[in-house]
Amino acid sequence: MITRFRQIEMRLMGPLTMIPIVLCLVVLGTIAALPVVATILSELVADFVPPALQHLTIVVLGTAGFVGILALNPIYSIWLERKVAAHVQDRLGPMRVGWHGLLQSFADGVKLLFKEDLVPRDADRVLFGAAPMLAVASAFAAFAIVPWGVREDGTVLAVANLNIGVLYFIAITSLGALAVLMAGWGSNNKYALYGGMRAAAQMVSYEIPTAILVLVVVAQVGSLSIPDIVNAQAGGILGVGDWLIFQLFPLNLIAFVLFFICGLAETNRTPFDIPEAESELVAGFHTEYSGMRFAFFFLAEYGNMLLVSMLAALLFLGGWIGPFGSNPLLFFVKGFGLVVVQMWLRWTLPRLRVDQLMGICWKYVIPISFFLLVVTTVIKGLL
Amino acid sequence: MESMASAAIFYGVAAVVLGSALYVVVGRNLVHSAFALVAAFFGVAVFYVYLGADFLAGAQVLIYVGGILTLLLFGVMLTNRIYNLNLRSGAIQVVPGALSAGLVFALLVWIIQSVDWGAMDAGDPGPTSESIGRLLMGDYLLPFEIASVLLLIALMGAAMLVRRRGSGSS
Repeated sequence: MITRFRQIEMRLMGPLTMIPIVLCLVVLGTIAALPVVATILSELVADFVPPALQHLTIVVLGTAGFVGILALNPIYSIWLERKVAAHVQDRLGPMRVGWHGLLQSFADGVKLLFKEDLVPRDADRVLFGAAPMLAVASAFAAFAIVPWGVREDGTVLAVANLNIGVLYFIAITSLGALAVLMAGWGSNNKYALYGGMRAAAQMVSYEIPTAILVLVVVAQVGSLSIPDIVNAQAGGILGVGDWLIFQLFPLNLIAFVLFFICGLAETNRTPFDIPEAESELVAGFHTEYSGMRFAFFFLAEYGNMLLVSMLAALLFLGGWIGPFGSNPLLFFVKGFGLVVVQMWLRWTLPRLRVDQLMGICWKYVIPISFFLLVVTTVIKGLL
Repeated sequence: MESMASAAIFYGVAAVVLGSALYVVVGRNLVHSAFALVAAFFGVAVFYVYLGADFLAGAQVLIYVGGILTLLLFGVMLTNRIYNLNLRSGAIQVVPGALSAGLVFALLVWIIQSVDWGAMDAGDPGPTSESIGRLLMGDYLLPFEIASVLLLIALMGAAMLVRRRGSGSS
């Protein structure tokens, strides 16, 4: 009985002991986001940039910023993941390399760089080599439509301010499933193939509720453009009250929770990590990968985690809108905060079985999201 | 300068589309052919972007690459011993094949030449999603609904066909 209480206390309190570390993450995230911060600064010095070059400045700085974030993201995210895991399990995690093990991931990264690049003898060399590239490309390409703020004159700070931004997000993330299939097939290893097949089935299934839940948001706002969706959430009590998650309470709250669950499933994170379930499949689709190619899969996985979190923050949590007015930093805090929640869930919840996973998707998540879509559109139509 | 770069990208993508489409036809490895089809479909989406059809490009990637091809690969990989299959894509009936292909090509060229395409003005055509939505929900509501009912019937038919008989609710 006591041990049971201890377990529950550990699970609930573990993340609380993380508060100082989460603060470190915010600082680290800000450092990684330096090019983007530079863009925010460019807003202050907008007078110095000629109007003709302003759009180009945003695009160049935004691209550099997101590539920088995505390249550095695994390094501090893995450190954070290990710290979250350790604190949930009542231990310390990496402590030796640097202050509280802060440089541990850099050491690991260097190690991965120098590892031998192994290709199994019977592997399909073309697909084996192409899979990590496709995974990273699909994760990086999706960030083109992630806006991170808006200027006072209404200019949206985004690499590509697409009118069909949400559609682009759903379309481009489906490439990730192909990369996993490619890796699973190309490795010529039965565990890798099982992992690849599981991943494909899971991603294809959970794409449906993701699209429907995005439609719930789109139908309420009346636009496929992400900046429009965020701008529709401005105002309200403390600048928080009109976040979509608080509108039509509790319908959008349920939609947000379901969207986050689908995001976990699409990024293959625990409790949905059956494509790489260690205890069943060795390491799933990346069993045969080593060195840099393996690092590429990590780059893609952590990139996708950040993407899903940022999208959830933009669609439901008001993006850059908050109690202190509109501020790009707020958006990054929300995005990285949801990444921490993903890690917390990973080390708190057990893994689902394959049939349970499909059952949850087809029997619960999809019907509920259809119900939400119908109800919100009817209410919106009547208002 | 900008038109030069845009033309270079266009011809590069065209080369990728044609090359990968050719590989789909002549390739001997079924899985490689399926992945080559990804490149072909993706390139076609790029052409839609060039034509200013942004919504169509997104839908192309979403439906063909994300949906159909993933399912196709799934089917290929689940099929027993398909990787040992030696695909025959040699040349059989060269003369009739070349003749019919040439005729189709000539027909296409003739149609492309003779139809007045009503070319749009150069420049940014602007977003298309709103007009597509208005047309689908307004002028073309009936065809749209008929198509969706047809798809529903096809789905139910597919579910009916693959259902295991005799065992009841398995």
